[in-house]
Amino acid sequence: MNFGILAYGAYLPRRRLPRRSMIEANAWFDSSLRGLGKGERTMCGWDEDPITMAVDAARDALKGSDASAIKSVLFASTTFPFLDRLNSGVVAAALNLSEDIAAADLGACQRAATSALAQAFNGTGTTLVVSAEQRKTKAASPLELTSGDGAAAILVGEGNPIAKLLAKSSGTQDFVDHYRTIESEYDYRWEDRWVRDEGFLKLITPVVARCLKSAGLTGADVTHFCLPTTLAKGADAIAKKVGIAPEAVRDNLQLVCGDTGTAHPLVMLADVLAVAKPGDRILVAAFGQGADALLFEVTEAIKDFAPVRGVQGHLARRKEEPNYIKFLAFRDGIDLERGIRSEQDKQTPLAMMWRNRAAYTSMVGGKCTKCGTPQYPSSRICVNPECTAVDSQEPYSFADKIGRINSYTADLLAYSPEPPSCYGMIEFKEGGRWMMDMIDMEPADLAVGLEMRMVFRIRDTDPQRGFRRYHWKATPAADIKKGA
Amino acid sequence: MAKGIKDKVAILGMGCTRFGERFDMEAQDLMVEAYLEAMTDAGIEAKQIDAAWLATGSPEFHLGNSALALTSTLRLPYIPTTRVENFCASGTEAFRGAVYAVASGAADIAIALGVEKCKDAGFGGLPPVGRPMNSKFIWPSVSAPGSFAQLATAYTSKFGTDPKDLKRAMAHISVKSHDNGSRNPKAHLRTKLTIDAVLNAPMIADPLGLFDCCGVSDGAACAIVTTPEIARSLGKKDLVSVKALQLAGSNGSEAQFNAWDGSYFGTTKAAAKRAYAEAGITDPRKELDLIEVHDCFSITELVTMEDLFISAEGTAVKDILDGFYDADGTIPCQIDGGLKCFGHPVGASGIRMIYENYLQILGRAGDRQRQDNPRIGLGHNVGGYPHQGICAISIVGAYEG
Repeated sequence: MNFGILAYGAYLPRRRLPRRSMIEANAWFDSSLRGLGKGERTMCGWDEDPITMAVDAARDALKGSDASAIKSVLFASTTFPFLDRLNSGVVAAALNLSEDIAAADLGACQRAATSALAQAFNGTGTTLVVSAEQRKTKAASPLELTSGDGAAAILVGEGNPIAKLLAKSSGTQDFVDHYRTIESEYDYRWEDRWVRDEGFLKLITPVVARCLKSAGLTGADVTHFCLPTTLAKGADAIAKKVGIAPEAVRDNLQLVCGDTGTAHPLVMLADVLAVAKPGDRILVAAFGQGADALLFEVTEAIKDFAPVRGVQGHLARRKEEPNYIKFLAFRDGIDLERGIRSEQDKQTPLAMMWRNRAAYTSMVGGKCTKCGTPQYPSSRICVNPECTAVDSQEPYSFADKIGRINSYTADLLAYSPEPPSCYGMIEFKEGGRWMMDMIDMEPADLAVGLEMRMVFRIRDTDPQRGFRRYHWKATPAADIKKGA
Repeated sequence: MAKGIKDKVAILGMGCTRFGERFDMEAQDLMVEAYLEAMTDAGIEAKQIDAAWLATGSPEFHLGNSALALTSTLRLPYIPTTRVENFCASGTEAFRGAVYAVASGAADIAIALGVEKCKDAGFGGLPPVGRPMNSKFIWPSVSAPGSFAQLATAYTSKFGTDPKDLKRAMAHISVKSHDNGSRNPKAHLRTKLTIDAVLNAPMIADPLGLFDCCGVSDGAACAIVTTPEIARSLGKKDLVSVKALQLAGSNGSEAQFNAWDGSYFGTTKAAAKRAYAEAGITDPRKELDLIEVHDCFSITELVTMEDLFISAEGTAVKDILDGFYDADGTIPCQIDGGLKCFGHPVGASGIRMIYENYLQILGRAGDRQRQDNPRIGLGHNVGGYPHQGICAISIVGAYEG
């Protein structure tokens, strides 16, 4: 059987909030925060959320390749934007996957992503496992400091795997180190020392040991140990208990990213796969009302795969955002005066959204079979003035097309949660054009001719009805790795 | 080509309110103000009006839907009444309806009235549209200045124009319009500006600063039209007749097809060509005496000078800086202050342009009267956005029949 991990990818937002700026804002209130002031955390833009990050991570893994083999999507998060609407369904639509697939959301626990990955290995079909997290945290909370926003994707299925599963094990106990309920907006946490000594160390260790035992291996056989935790020396202590070498314990990316919650085991797995060599054994574990452990062996195929950017590529794509107030504003942690202009009715007619899902969610337009003109959105009459053929267009995806800026502006008048609103005409190299928002760039870098790629983002939020709608935006293509 | 409208219809009377922040007035009050001036000018009674057209851009902010507000406010007794909306070209569109009704013989005398009450929005700029449309899902967070600002980036890219030169020419446009507006007692903005003030103003949408943008206003404008024969029979001697009315709507290619470079209005070029042919104009740079163009933004006016075939491609900056379009230049542009300073009550703007050309041709424009007996004036509206819009052109002139 050639079943295993076929691809991996990650997404970490470009913005990094230095922890010192959070400390400077909050240490007047809680001076103990000063000890957590090192490094920086990833931070979503106002138009990013777990759904958009999951789409980005999946695209990082899939690299525009044929995704028709994917038969199911599992999306793990404890911060799903929608409580009753299939979040993995939005991801599948944005990825323009077949509509004849299964999809499920897994949440409610920090180990939901490893559980999803384990579930993918229970089946035989190709499964896209994605996980993303954007925690809502109270201002001046330790969790606000130690968390990061991010996502990872692992493609599991039959093929030429880059890593094969050797063993997996789980344990489940109702150990409540923290919780969040339907009544509470934020996590409520118990003290770290008790969590570590009574929960983390005691509940993970036997699961990891069982996993190793069922593979017929010992801790010494593990090359890389991925166990997310912000508890001091937490992963090291467990490694020691099961005989994993100290140098095998992977860095938890706390200094450069922060803990991305549910997504973090997969973020760490994606990070280690980028440096792993054939024969390496990777043990991924996660904690939450028990634990999951999965042991992989890397194959020769690892040499032939790289994600578009991966964890390190995303870490290198970095912009410091020292403004802590902006961080709060993006997460509705502060009540900004947004002005009358922001009050425009943002109701989303759901019938219209469904009817136009190809254009809205999948960035699919049409290509005229008569004259070959790609056009967005598709229409019944071809836009080419020399053609105007009727009902001649077949579906044509613009999501992976590169466009050039034809005209642009940086607009301070149009309401935007982050002015100026940069937008302009994007002319796709292979044909077609559309006026689009331009994001993740500096207004000064806007230039006619600049090459742009498409990304899936929040278009609008409707505070009146608690809805958010998504669409595609343009961002500079330049940070794409050569040959990727 | 069709024979066209030239000299088939004459203007019997016109009226226009003071534009501005008319916080004390309803849209209906503004309508009456413009109507009474036009009726006095026409010298007719309400019962002589056979049909009526109303133009509004955002009626949900004042009058609501339908043309009922026109006949009921003006107490016009049970005549045909129609509301039209074509973005910022709405006023010219209402005028077109009235003119065509007269030309067809369906009406002897028709009225076109445009009105807008923009200043009840609670903020500057155009009021927002209501319920989300299909386009809201897939358009960027666009504003009018941001949409038109892109003309500038495309223009400098196309012609290699130094952005600083472009910005200076744009500043000249605004300074000129403020200068003109200062002589117009009905203008919304009557304060003169300096080039430095324009160049140093806060940025709105790069590269458009505050003074590169027109505001929006409350106001109304009204035209009463009839045939030249009826006008004469009513005792009118000097007549201003309609020489051309043209409209061009985009086929969607600017937004979706890779041919347009973003630096000009294809709609303006198409409408201008047809309008000149309809009016019998072969050399607009020599034959036009006055132009009132849609200077919603300074850059719009700049590229429109080329799109109207008055300045050759790539030479508008030079013509503008040379003063060609100043009040004392060869072809004054916005001698009344334009959208920039006379103001921009959306539904009224097209009719306001015709009003100014009408006054100038009749020598009734007061302090701002052009002294060389202008004979022919062009009005130009752009509705929508450069990449998705509509253009209306009106040409009126002294009737020589």
